[in-house]
Amino acid sequence: MAKIHVTATVNGDEVEFLCELEETLLDVLRDELHLTGSKEGCASGDCGACSVMLDGRLVCACLVLGVEMEGRSVETIEAMAAGDELHPLQQKFLEHAALQCGICTPGILVAAKALLEKKPDPTETEVRFWLAGNLCRCTGYDKIIRAVLDAAAEMRVS
Amino acid sequence: MPRVFLSGNLKKLAGGAEEIDVEAADIRQLLRVLGERFPDMRPHLEQGIAVAVDGEIYQDGWLEPIAPDSEVHLLPRLGGG
Amino acid sequence: MSTAEKLENGKFKWVGTRPVRPDGVDKVTGRARFGADLFLPGMLVGRVLRSPHAHARIKSIDTSKAEALPGVKAVVTRDDFKEMPSESVAAGEMMIDYRDMTRNIMAREKVLYDGHAVAAVAAASASVARKALKLIKVEYEVLPHVIGVIEAMEPGAPVLHEAMFTEGVEPTPDTPSNIAARNELGRGDVEAGFKKADIILERTFDTAPVHQGYIENHACVASVSEDGKAELWCSTQGHYMVRAFCAKLLGMDISDLRVTASEIGGGFGGKTIVYLEPVALVLSQKAHHPVKMVMTREEVFRATGPTSGANVWVKLGATKDGKITAAEAVLKYQAGAFPGSPVGPGCMCAFAPYDIENVKVVGYDVVSNRPKVAAYRAPGAPISEYAVECVVDELAEKLGLDPIELRLKNAAKEGTQAAYGPKFGPIGFVETLEAAKSHPHYNAPLGPNQGRGVASGFWFNIGGESCATININEDGTAQLMVGTPDIGGSRASMAMMAAEELGIDLDKVNPVIGDTGSLGFSFLTGGSRVTFATGKAVIVAAGNVITDLRERAAKIWDIPVDAVEWEDGFARPTSSNAGEFDPLSLADIAAMAAKTGGPIAGHAQINAQGAAPGFGTHIVDVEVDKETGRVTVLRYTVIQDAGKAIHPSYVEGQYQGGAAQGIGWALNEEYVYGEDGRMQNTGFLDYRMPVASDLPMIDTQIIEVPNPNHPYGVRGVGETPLVPAMGAVACAVEHALGTRLNELPMSPPRVLKAIGAIGEAQA
Repeated sequence: MAKIHVTATVNGDEVEFLCELEETLLDVLRDELHLTGSKEGCASGDCGACSVMLDGRLVCACLVLGVEMEGRSVETIEAMAAGDELHPLQQKFLEHAALQCGICTPGILVAAKALLEKKPDPTETEVRFWLAGNLCRCTGYDKIIRAVLDAAAEMRVS
Repeated sequence: MPRVFLSGNLKKLAGGAEEIDVEAADIRQLLRVLGERFPDMRPHLEQGIAVAVDGEIYQDGWLEPIAPDSEVHLLPRLGGG
Repeated sequence: MSTAEKLENGKFKWVGTRPVRPDGVDKVTGRARFGADLFLPGMLVGRVLRSPHAHARIKSIDTSKAEALPGVKAVVTRDDFKEMPSESVAAGEMMIDYRDMTRNIMAREKVLYDGHAVAAVAAASASVARKALKLIKVEYEVLPHVIGVIEAMEPGAPVLHEAMFTEGVEPTPDTPSNIAARNELGRGDVEAGFKKADIILERTFDTAPVHQGYIENHACVASVSEDGKAELWCSTQGHYMVRAFCAKLLGMDISDLRVTASEIGGGFGGKTIVYLEPVALVLSQKAHHPVKMVMTREEVFRATGPTSGANVWVKLGATKDGKITAAEAVLKYQAGAFPGSPVGPGCMCAFAPYDIENVKVVGYDVVSNRPKVAAYRAPGAPISEYAVECVVDELAEKLGLDPIELRLKNAAKEGTQAAYGPKFGPIGFVETLEAAKSHPHYNAPLGPNQGRGVASGFWFNIGGESCATININEDGTAQLMVGTPDIGGSRASMAMMAAEELGIDLDKVNPVIGDTGSLGFSFLTGGSRVTFATGKAVIVAAGNVITDLRERAAKIWDIPVDAVEWEDGFARPTSSNAGEFDPLSLADIAAMAAKTGGPIAGHAQINAQGAAPGFGTHIVDVEVDKETGRVTVLRYTVIQDAGKAIHPSYVEGQYQGGAAQGIGWALNEEYVYGEDGRMQNTGFLDYRMPVASDLPMIDTQIIEVPNPNHPYGVRGVGETPLVPAMGAVACAVEHALGTRLNELPMSPPRVLKAIGAIGEAQA
């Protein structure tokens, strides 16, 4: 089967790739572009480990086909820090020990950033429901929620 | 002489004895003597068991000393997730 | 200052603080490389064909069409794995038989569960690999199957292994069955004990099998060279264990296989054995290319983990004032397709928290057509202790006693003879109960349809073999290498202990996980052993570095080594008699290393003994929606003895994560099987683990009763937090409902059924 040629913007850069019809955006990111920060935990949109921003909207990369990417723009965890400067969410996750194994962390950070862009002052309940699509098996979510709330508070000040 | 307590399958292999005296100054000697006295117990001893000497649990701790008044319990090998 | 003095004064520089973990930035930027994140030149994609039947004889496998498909580089089946004699080895929590292991990674005579591997391919791309799997023809003779533990024990149940005769029964049965073994432990005289009781409760419990639920699927990359040497990269809790298993299964010399542990995305016991790794090695050997294999979530559910589903009968007798006089239990645990459930530790732990004179516990290890169980966080203990804690709670209710008071009356203390045999050393169980009793949570008011549960838990914790190396670099920084994969932040605590011992800044210590070619054997990350056992190795290695540093300072100053002491990161003369010298820092001495004998290093290879048990007590409040049967967890508090918390944030994290897993086990998680014996909920949508909106904040309180066998008093903390959770949640739900369910999970349908039962009883 012939592969499809796709041109898309990934983390601000124009990239071209060839992809099979059945390949997902997550397959393309990981296997073609070797951007492995987005993780596959389920490939069915249930765990959120592959959360990315697609044209400014939070999606699971495993639920988007690679061929749908033509002309579109995706942002992944790899673009979250600005040079040496970690995003406040990344910094707060470190300070709060909001990760143990760290496999869910990229997806949760991308999802949390999307939340704070929509809603700079979320309640604990809002954070919990927003992140309900991001599974974490290690932490019990406590420190994750605290880190997000703390980052939100800091971002409001600055 | 150290007192050795057996339970479960090891107790059965020792002819039902729950408590026996074994002349041993360390865990290696204890296992050797038990194996000689109860040959059927040998596979269990070789597969690896845990030995508690006065409450302290040792695994593969051949050289750990056993005092004449020690209380020794043989347990299944312990692991974890 | 010596460690003892530091402990006395609490004047640690690093131990007990909360620094950012050394691998943290890589984990928040997506840079950390997990099992599926490695790409090698020329790498192929490996995939596994799995059985669609729960139980079937394999009549034939025809791979010729798959082999002929362009892009397919290798196909393997049972014929590519040699028969292994029956031989047991200690692996993780259980003994593993290589005869079973080779059959579990690739079915031989029969498939024993839905998802059992029957063939595998290596191909140029994932799509070619998938097509190739469809071209493999397997002819099955489908056999009757059995899933549940009670059904599997019944006479006439389909038998999985025709040569399995129950061990531990006299005389050995002459007909095969699914009961692999019976074991028994106990002491005293339970009949006499029950005669002394004013009240006796007998209850039976069922628990559903649950999966460890790590978010990272199993993954590995294998590369076998033409000279027989091989490299393997994989997500595992123990790469030395992977090396040993694979070398054995493939008939390799251990030194020819170099295993590197990737970052690991959760394990909880489920990554203590091999599935893909030996298959990837054989594929790579045949294909002459590196081969990457990654499971899908569906494969993880169908073919890995889980822990046992079980049936537990508990009988407790007590006097009117709440002293337990006798305790008896019968545990029936699913082992999955091959023998080896954690029923042994389940038996030992069942009554471990309590000082009971007369105890008898019988356990049955039962095979059925499910994946072979793997260790899961305190394997065996959560099931039996859940059942016992529920009966303890009911006992308190019936006697009109506070459940914590009842536990305090019976709690094990230092010197108590544990139900499983030996006497306890210093333990912190009573401290957790006292802390729970006086916790504001325990005394807060409850609303309508709300209930509070409290339960306790025990787990052994283990030590074992660990290596550690500290190389002092030319600039005075320290390279720390250990062999236990870091799942939950252990590099932080290892580096903190090294910095504490050496007296240098934490950011001067760079901890890494060594591969099997770089460091000697280390047992796996499991049994809550790393901070204790590998930590002890780090402390010994640091001590050896200090010995070396003192010798170097003695040479620099030209005085005897006895006249040099190491204090807070500096070599100093022990007294002015030794001479007047300015203190030398570690960096000063490192800079002179070449002149004083070469590089400076310290190594340790130990078998750490003296792991001390963990005890915890949980308090939970729930609210039950009587219309939908949904249980909401309102408030949760974990109190547990850590001995000494090296990095308190990660200790708290273990407490919180364990509680969350327990909440999942208690309320929602279970395997659903169809009539055909196939698992029906093979995804996270239907296998319902707790999500953020299901849980409240989880409060923690760290109790510190030091373990005398660790320089800082560390005891393992990783597994115990799961143990009390199901009991606590179950009691909370039952108090809210006013009736007992005695069954997990307490999912909405079961809650509604229980409420219906109440309604009928009242009507």
